[in-house]
Amino acid sequence: MSTRDLFTLRNSHFRTGVGITAAILVVTAIAGFIVLPFAQPWVQFAGVWDAICSAAGVPQRAASVTAPEQAKRLSEVVLTSNTLSRPSQEAIGRGATLAQRCAICHGPTGVSRADSPNLAGQYAAVIYKELHDFRSGARTNAVMSPFAVNLTDQEIADLSNYYAYLPRLPAYHPTPQLPKPNIVIYGAPMRGIAPCGACHGSLDNKTGSPWLEGQSEAYMKAQLHAFASGERRNDISQQMRNIARAMTPQEIEQAAAYYASQPPDVVKAVD
Amino acid sequence: MLVNRKLILAHFWLAFAVFGVALTLGAWQMFIRSPIGTWLSNPELYYRSLTAHGTVMGYVFPTLVAMAFGYAISESALQQRLVGVRWAWAGFWLIVAGSIMAVIPIALGRASVLYTFYPPLIGNVFYYLGVVLVVVGSWIWVALMSVNLRVWRKANPGAPVPLAMFANVAGSYLWAWTAVGAALELLLQIIPVAAGLKATIDAGLARIFFSWTLHAIVYFWLMPTYIAYYTIVPRAIGGRVYSDSMARIAFILFLVVSMPIGMHHTFADPQVGAGFKFIHSAFTALVALPTLLTVFTICASVEIAARLRGGRGMFGWIGALPWDNPMMLALAFSFVMLGFGGAGGLINMSYQLDASIHNTQWITGHFHLIFGGAIVIMYFAIAYDLWPHLTGRELIDIRLIRTQLWLWFIGMIVTTFPWHWVGILGMPRRMAYFDFGDPAIAPQALSVTLSAIGGFILLASGIMFIVILARGMRAPQIDAGPYRFALAVHQPTTVPVALNTHALWVALMIGLTLTNYGYPILNLALSSGTSVPAVYVGAQ
Repeated sequence: MSTRDLFTLRNSHFRTGVGITAAILVVTAIAGFIVLPFAQPWVQFAGVWDAICSAAGVPQRAASVTAPEQAKRLSEVVLTSNTLSRPSQEAIGRGATLAQRCAICHGPTGVSRADSPNLAGQYAAVIYKELHDFRSGARTNAVMSPFAVNLTDQEIADLSNYYAYLPRLPAYHPTPQLPKPNIVIYGAPMRGIAPCGACHGSLDNKTGSPWLEGQSEAYMKAQLHAFASGERRNDISQQMRNIARAMTPQEIEQAAAYYASQPPDVVKAVD
Repeated sequence: MLVNRKLILAHFWLAFAVFGVALTLGAWQMFIRSPIGTWLSNPELYYRSLTAHGTVMGYVFPTLVAMAFGYAISESALQQRLVGVRWAWAGFWLIVAGSIMAVIPIALGRASVLYTFYPPLIGNVFYYLGVVLVVVGSWIWVALMSVNLRVWRKANPGAPVPLAMFANVAGSYLWAWTAVGAALELLLQIIPVAAGLKATIDAGLARIFFSWTLHAIVYFWLMPTYIAYYTIVPRAIGGRVYSDSMARIAFILFLVVSMPIGMHHTFADPQVGAGFKFIHSAFTALVALPTLLTVFTICASVEIAARLRGGRGMFGWIGALPWDNPMMLALAFSFVMLGFGGAGGLINMSYQLDASIHNTQWITGHFHLIFGGAIVIMYFAIAYDLWPHLTGRELIDIRLIRTQLWLWFIGMIVTTFPWHWVGILGMPRRMAYFDFGDPAIAPQALSVTLSAIGGFILLASGIMFIVILARGMRAPQIDAGPYRFALAVHQPTTVPVALNTHALWVALMIGLTLTNYGYPILNLALSSGTSVPAVYVGAQ
């Protein structure tokens, strides 16, 4: 018998091999696509074809369910780790001019004396995202929103690049450095809280997360409470709201006090 | 008839050298995340090490062992000089170049993506190119195995292909096809992003492509071990293979059913339909079949050896086995670990049971027990068995060899049993450190410590293995005679064409891949809005 006789129905091995394989495939397909979907009493199907499409993972939108209306605007900013990387000198210069109007709160050197965030040396992606959110209304603040509402995309990018370019200066009134509280380095795994340091530096840094060292304690505390109450909602996928909601008031105090007491020059050099 | 010994030795030595390095990294990883090590201040170092460990142990080491063993089988089973020796050397050097190219970005911390790539995490492009070169180098071996068999068939029309070569070529075809999944993922998705041509990637699709490779690759790792079970062990302990046909059927079944099952790795993934998950789960259950056939056939073959040595009674023959023979020892250890690992595997492939151990340390414990235990211990046995024929020198220290095998077995059990246990308790995998001071996980500290101690036993055994082989290069010269494979009780004189060729089974393998992967891949590839921004390693 030569290989030419292999793929014919006269060959019993061919019949058996292909037959058994096809039979197993058909049986498992019937079980997986028809029997098992209907075995779930909590799922309703319009018919067999609907069940098959569902089990196959065909993308479909249930016609009867409409997406809930968003009461408030959500952040639409898309950040990648390449956002605003390698700015030109001209962009930084334009940003410096624009930044004069920010200096009254954020300080002429980007270090605030008014419990506003210190922006000198903050990651460009962070400033970029917040300005966009203030402009779109995803984040609101009585003082900040009017400044942001008329900014163009170009101006937002320039401002972000300028502040990222400034050197990180020591905070205005640094307190003695506090030891790391548990919430910062371990989080609270039983309540689903990742360590602060997993995104905000000291352990790792994630795109869009600011470094917090030397920022105003009052500001950080206010933001954590705003996240917890849902008043602030421009965090992607509720990342910060989920964390802040699960934090105790003591942990919020500890985290804010700890970060405020750190000099910014300990910010991990990841950029 | 081993002619190209230098070629085979080069593959083995490179395999065992990189194995030694990766094993050391592995032991360090076990130590550093156990309570006996201090916390790493920089978790990135852990992932760097993990990437190197996985890349070497997953891609480079087993591939080189399969290639070396494959060349040895081709020459000694077919009794014919290897055709295409220059190509074989080209394949070897491609693997050397690929490994170096991949290891540099890993060492610099630019490719800490783990060997499973995990897009949207994107590392340095040279890491991926290095892996591609390793795969391309191994594909040369696949082609050579096919060519050599064809040359032999021309010279021996209609004759039964020796079992070792039949299985070896089946393994090479399995590798050729299963590597296509990761190759598609690398070439179509990851490398364009890593090279800066694109900034987004469909991570869900990438995971489907990778599952195409990730499960069947295990059976490619397994092939040399199974070939050793069938064709070396019975000869080494003075027995015969119980059934040549059963052996062929086992290898054929691996070819057909180890491919269309990879999605049991993605049970928790939302982008795959539940129906496909069920089909893959059912086919995964089928893959236990060739292993059960093998366990039966090998136990029967071993019993033949025992009875030939005068063993009597229902179980009395077990005592008559040559337990001081390293090959016997390796087989027994391998079967014990295969039994436990296989039982764990049945849990992993069950849709509901998987939910309790998915992404936990159970999984890492499982694949270390199966691959590092059941499979690698037979790699050792293969090397010990072939070494005198490759070097023309005797491996004198049988006692040391036995100690080495014992240590590997004990080390693997001590490492992986607590590892499974903490997985059941819910400890996640891929973590650089744990806070064992936290009352929630403090009770796991003892298990993890035991695991780490097992890791060091394994390291000691690995060092002994390399020392034994190195000393074997300088031992007194002997004439080891021709290298032979085990004979069957009934040596085949004619074999049905379906059991003597691979075409039908390769066709079924490809067919099942199309039915089980076709729709999920097309669905994701053609849907818009399924890509996410890439996350570059080391970028802020």
